[in-house]
Amino acid sequence: MTEHTYGTAAPTASDTPTLASDPGLFTPNPGAAPMWRMVAAQAGMELRVMLRHGEQFLLTMVIPVLLLVGLSLTDVLNVGEGPRVDTLAPGILALAVMSTSFTGLAIGTGFERRYGVLKRLGATPLSRFGLLAAKTLAVLAVQTIQITVLTVVALFLGWSPALSLTGVLSAVALVLLATAAFSSLALLMAGTLRAEATLAGANLVYVLMLGLGGVLFPTTGFPAVMERAVSVLPITALASGLRDVLSHGAAPGLGVFAVLAVWTVVGGLAASRLFRWE
Amino acid sequence: MDTPALEVVDLVKRYGATTAVTGLSFTARRGAVTALLGPNGAGKTSTIEICEGFRHADGGSVRVLGRDPVADAAELKPRVGVMPQSGGVPTGARAAEWLRLMASFHAHPIDPDLLLERLGLTSAGRTPFRRLSGGQQQRLSLACAVVGRPEIVFLDEPTAGLDPQARMATWDLVSALRAAGVAVILTTHHMEEAERLADHVVIIDHGSVVTEGTPAELTRGRRDVCFSTETPIDSEALRAALPDGGEVTSIVAGGRHEYTVATHAAEAPGPEFLATVAAWCASAGVLAEDLRVRRRTLEDVFLETTGRELRD
Repeated sequence: MTEHTYGTAAPTASDTPTLASDPGLFTPNPGAAPMWRMVAAQAGMELRVMLRHGEQFLLTMVIPVLLLVGLSLTDVLNVGEGPRVDTLAPGILALAVMSTSFTGLAIGTGFERRYGVLKRLGATPLSRFGLLAAKTLAVLAVQTIQITVLTVVALFLGWSPALSLTGVLSAVALVLLATAAFSSLALLMAGTLRAEATLAGANLVYVLMLGLGGVLFPTTGFPAVMERAVSVLPITALASGLRDVLSHGAAPGLGVFAVLAVWTVVGGLAASRLFRWE
Repeated sequence: MDTPALEVVDLVKRYGATTAVTGLSFTARRGAVTALLGPNGAGKTSTIEICEGFRHADGGSVRVLGRDPVADAAELKPRVGVMPQSGGVPTGARAAEWLRLMASFHAHPIDPDLLLERLGLTSAGRTPFRRLSGGQQQRLSLACAVVGRPEIVFLDEPTAGLDPQARMATWDLVSALRAAGVAVILTTHHMEEAERLADHVVIIDHGSVVTEGTPAELTRGRRDVCFSTETPIDSEALRAALPDGGEVTSIVAGGRHEYTVATHAAEAPGPEFLATVAAWCASAGVLAEDLRVRRRTLEDVFLETTGRELRD
């Protein structure tokens, strides 16, 4: 943001500058910045706050990397057929996406609402659409970092993903759609519950999804009823979709996209109706 | 520049069964400081938040710079500065980066680093909001309200909980805003603040305006005769001796009895009134110590118009 034209008076020679030393400082000269600059600045702020937050870093970076390395190198967990890292990597990528677009976003937004940050931003020229766009950009930026780091680590562990142009494009589409689904659910939670309830709930969901959602092993090992039940979860859809693409080189089923789309629409509609800004 | 900065007419705000604002009206000029004074729960914050566009009015009208704060919100937001009573900043954001963010929302902002320096916050620039002192948090919040060079600013309790130095810095900033032609609307509990800063004082109670005027107008012609004694006097007899009726209030402080004698006469108590009180004391054999005529302060006017009972 170096192209600001700051409306300031020339510096005075006074030793201890006071407010009286440049009377023109506060002369009204209002105006909104261009939308792209507001969104870029807000997205940068959201990104820095997310990356600096210790507990969030634990959920989004440390735990996924530890799980990937630990479970690939040891056989404490039966992850199914084939090289361990080939099965694990797609699931851990799904976990990483959820940790940012659901857990991190819900907790962060919940506390922003509690501390009056959302209300205060509502008094600035940044529109609600602009704020949502900035949060989306920040989430996508964090996910890009996560996916890059996890991919590099997995490749070091001997991951050999099935790669094709359509495969990569479907994986990106899955991640984007899952991000939309997780984000709308995160905003629904943050905009309706108390910040402490959101904190507890979002962490609980993270742990439950980690265990049940096909992150560490395919849900095909579950009893049939349970497998069908968890298959409608967004994390399961994303993990199994990524596994189809990256491990088997197969196109993800339409069912996977349908599950994510339904969550996006339901979560988005509910959040836009029920979200309370303060 | 003919439209007033703020025009509130017959404003009504209800929360369920309770009515927080009941037909409140006042006007604020550009280049002037307007102070809203009132006990807790008088309706000050509700009024300010309606002006800021955060809440809908249930009746009456509000015009900020001639515009409707809800319908014209997009046009007004760059022109209006807002300082909430507390919070409004993410706990993990650093002071300088947050002010830079606020500046980046505006077309011609004040240089954030210069503003931090003027408010004595330069050394706190890299400190996360949660680790700033209460005074630093308040000053940062104030800086955020003015960094976009607005035409009107709303400051909700800008000096609550500040130490004297920080309060002075805030007062300097408010004076500089007024000098630059900005309209300042602030709420306060602090009578000295209203007396020193405000061009116009609006005293609010139970959701409507009790009285308003310049601090000089509100306290003009209001004088009391005060004295103290070692032993109690017959207050009722003194009151009966006053021309045009009056009031005698007494408090016991430090083992002494302190009396305040007010008149109900329309004009301010003159020399005769003082003579009447002194003559009564002489006839009753009372030695009136520390006898003096005291001009009323804004605090007296405030307590007189809003009562002395404690509020929540």
